[in-house]
Amino acid sequence: MTETKKEEITKYIVISSDKVLPSDAAMKIYESEFPVTVKETCFGLIVTGQKDDVLAVVEKIRQLDKNYIFVKDRGFPAGDQRRCRASRGGGPRPGFHFLREEVKMLPAIGAALDELEAKESVKEKCKEKSRLKVCDLEKIIEEELAR
Amino acid sequence: MSFLVKVFIYPINSLILADLVERFGHKPLTIMSQIREKVTNISLDSPPINITPEEPKSGLKYAAIEVPAGVRGRMALIGPLIEESEAAIIVEKPPTDFGCVGCNRTNELMKYLIRSKGVPVLEVKYPESDEEAYDFVNKIAAFLESLPKEKPEEEKPEEEKPEEEPAEKEDKK
Repeated sequence: MTETKKEEITKYIVISSDKVLPSDAAMKIYESEFPVTVKETCFGLIVTGQKDDVLAVVEKIRQLDKNYIFVKDRGFPAGDQRRCRASRGGGPRPGFHFLREEVKMLPAIGAALDELEAKESVKEKCKEKSRLKVCDLEKIIEEELAR
Repeated sequence: MSFLVKVFIYPINSLILADLVERFGHKPLTIMSQIREKVTNISLDSPPINITPEEPKSGLKYAAIEVPAGVRGRMALIGPLIEESEAAIIVEKPPTDFGCVGCNRTNELMKYLIRSKGVPVLEVKYPESDEEAYDFVNKIAAFLESLPKEKPEEEKPEEEKPEEEPAEKEDKK
């Protein structure tokens, strides 16, 4: 039976990007030399290790294409015998069906996040440079006259 | 990483919701954290996944005795998350109500408890097209941004308590 320390956590990194492949992300983690266990899968990666290391690695990978890389927690460590297909005679892992359904929606969610980000940047720009409203001008004049 | 508000999500193991909540700086309450506590515990009472007869008993807090043990067992894991939650996002009609999270009675009970708790709840429909996905993300972003940014300070009176006790002991002597 697998024994793990209390501080160890596992994260799914689900990659729905045109720019980054799961193998690229895995190579990036190997380069970073964090002491974590990485398992490459068809949808992305499973990363297990000490909490601080995993959080740092996940953040680093997310920055590769932040709106198209999604992260969630996992209860079982990577390669756990109770869940791993290798020791269960093949077939989809329990919980994979749910993930597969959600992965179908990820490109649309990523595009929506892109649009949201673009909208926010437009709003910020508008705040920086915009024409003075009549009501604001009136307030300024009133304040000046009240002096 | 400092999280602001603990947000309960339904479906309880959703990748999209967990990611969005974390992306906007809050803490998602997911079943995975509860499972992790069960399966990574060094002492395994009931292999392989450590669900013991105690679980349906602790589920009695949320469901009556005549409710199936499966519902009570699930509620033993999900109930503490509902108690902990400070906000919630419920997605209606997710296409994946099967498998371990496919118990509809548990799902109904879970949604009822979170709605009756009185925390801010956002209810959205699961997106099926690009336009719906855009609305879905916008609504969730607006909801998460509307949540309080700072937690009220508590526990100040508790810090004073230990100082009082030695003084009382001295009086008795």
